[in-house]
Amino acid sequence: MLKLIVRRLLLGILVLLGTSVLIFIIARVVPGDVATIALGSRATDAAKEALREELYLNDHLPIQYVKWLGDVLQGDFGNSFITKRAVVQDVKQFFPATLELIIISGIFIVIGTFTLGILAGKHKNSPMDGFVRLMSYIGIALPAFVVGILLLLLFGYKFQVIPVLGRLSAGLAPPAHITGLYVVDGILTGNFTVAWNAFIHLLPPAFALALGPLVQDARVLRSSLVDNSSREYMVVSTSYGLPSGLLARRYLLKPSAASAVTVMGLDFSALLGQAFLVEKIFNWPGISRYGINAMLNKDLNAICAVVLIIGFIYFLVNMVVDLIIAALDPRIRMGVK
Amino acid sequence: MENGGNSTVHTKKRGLFSISARENRRIYKYKFTRNKLSVFGLALVAISIFFAVFVKYIVPFPEHIGAFVDYGNASQPPNLIYWFGTDNMGRDVFSRVIYCFRGALLMSIVVLTISVPIGTLLGLIAGYYQGTKIDTVIMRLTDVFLAVPALILALCIASILKPNMMNSMLAVTLMWWPWYTRLVYGQTISIAKEYFVKNAELIGASKLHIMVKEILPNCISPISTKMALDVGWVILMGASLSFVGLGEQPPTPAFGQMISDGAAYMPDLWWMTIFPALGVVFMILGFNFLGDGLRDMFDKGGH
Repeated sequence: MLKLIVRRLLLGILVLLGTSVLIFIIARVVPGDVATIALGSRATDAAKEALREELYLNDHLPIQYVKWLGDVLQGDFGNSFITKRAVVQDVKQFFPATLELIIISGIFIVIGTFTLGILAGKHKNSPMDGFVRLMSYIGIALPAFVVGILLLLLFGYKFQVIPVLGRLSAGLAPPAHITGLYVVDGILTGNFTVAWNAFIHLLPPAFALALGPLVQDARVLRSSLVDNSSREYMVVSTSYGLPSGLLARRYLLKPSAASAVTVMGLDFSALLGQAFLVEKIFNWPGISRYGINAMLNKDLNAICAVVLIIGFIYFLVNMVVDLIIAALDPRIRMGVK
Repeated sequence: MENGGNSTVHTKKRGLFSISARENRRIYKYKFTRNKLSVFGLALVAISIFFAVFVKYIVPFPEHIGAFVDYGNASQPPNLIYWFGTDNMGRDVFSRVIYCFRGALLMSIVVLTISVPIGTLLGLIAGYYQGTKIDTVIMRLTDVFLAVPALILALCIASILKPNMMNSMLAVTLMWWPWYTRLVYGQTISIAKEYFVKNAELIGASKLHIMVKEILPNCISPISTKMALDVGWVILMGASLSFVGLGEQPPTPAFGQMISDGAAYMPDLWWMTIFPALGVVFMILGFNFLGDGLRDMFDKGGH
């Protein structure tokens, strides 16, 4: 088990290094002069030269990379071309908003997958099963950004019960910065109005992100439940007279959950990509909106930082998912093929 | 993993107990049509292709596709003349949505015809030389490309380059091959253990022959299934790129661009957003159902 973790960690570091090379190349082979892109065409030659020096642009590409990586490992991603602040500072400011968003989406996905999947799997070919199937088709075909726009339309204009833009309603001050997660900070500082307000602001974007993955993963859980329920061990256990609740939970759900957890893990990582569009729609001040603006404005330092951070989270999520699956499935834990 | 459509390809060669080609087709047809959704998907795909090819002849207002302004008829809700209404500049939304089918289809064709052969070739090589340095290099490179959500890297590449259709296709293509490398890699490893491959090796067939003539034919069915499903994903990614302005540039319409333009006029001109969104849904659903049908068709385990 420990060997498995160490191996995954080493491989992960290797892959992250590869990602850093990839993003560095993308950010440096950009057509046009980097300094002109950063400072605009009216910048003085001296300013451009200073920036070139700062970005090591006068060195050869491999040397540039090594120097850049050295800085990055010390937590220095350089300054943003747009906000003119240190990229790390920007990331610190925007990251909690995204974290909050994907955590709530993740909770949606887990609850939704298990509820719908179990309901559909329990009563095969029932109306509920049909409903989940229909939803899964819609979930595949409806991009998250379209769901986002529909929610915006629904709650922003039609039924104004849930606020839809930003993290807090106008007039509310954000809670004191402890974790940066408004809901958590609100509760910690005892400011429950803000915590509640932040929470309901989270619901529409989180739902837009979660809908597609949720219904598809419910289908996966449903089919592995149906497959496993006709296995011989289930027939034997049933004929031994094991209570149906125990049977369902321990003997049916546990082995069936592994495949659903695998796809949930993949979907959860993919949320980070979809968040790029959804944050833009809901004007959510998170790292993805920061990232997409950086991309559209060719803010190279910020692009590198955002992509690397997302690569790191991606790696962490995959690692955690592997551990959960290993905990669920002894065959994987023991290394049996 | 199952061994792809092993028997169907190789029984044909071996004669004696082979199933005739006609019989084979009949079985395929039965397996495909057993699920009505596959047939429905095929119909949606056929309609999409028809739209894409003949758009100029079937839409009521072909001139509205490009730069065209008719403020007299601007912002009309759906009616008998303008089926999907008109946008804020008076252009027919129906004509423009139908035109988007062309760009979306073109994009998926270009992306897949370039990335699938590259990915397949790399997967074949890595799988056949499993355990060697070649395998390590190719598969770790694949890992690197899969280490960040594909959409993010595609956005990166497309944003660094000049925003146009060509570059968005390039960006998506660069992100697409690793999936096929992984797929073919797994297939190749399991097929390389089969007796007919060992047999060919024993006779002294060249490595190229074994990879291309023995292993590759057995990868075709999973590859084609994945391709059909992927058309939907490529369309989705293309729409995502054009949604943020990277892709087809106005006045030429594209799904994402129309959706994002329309979002600015929500909720009053809802038809500007809803109909292009439905267009995306139409195409993705079609290709997904078709892909599911192909999977059923190539699935040997079915009854």
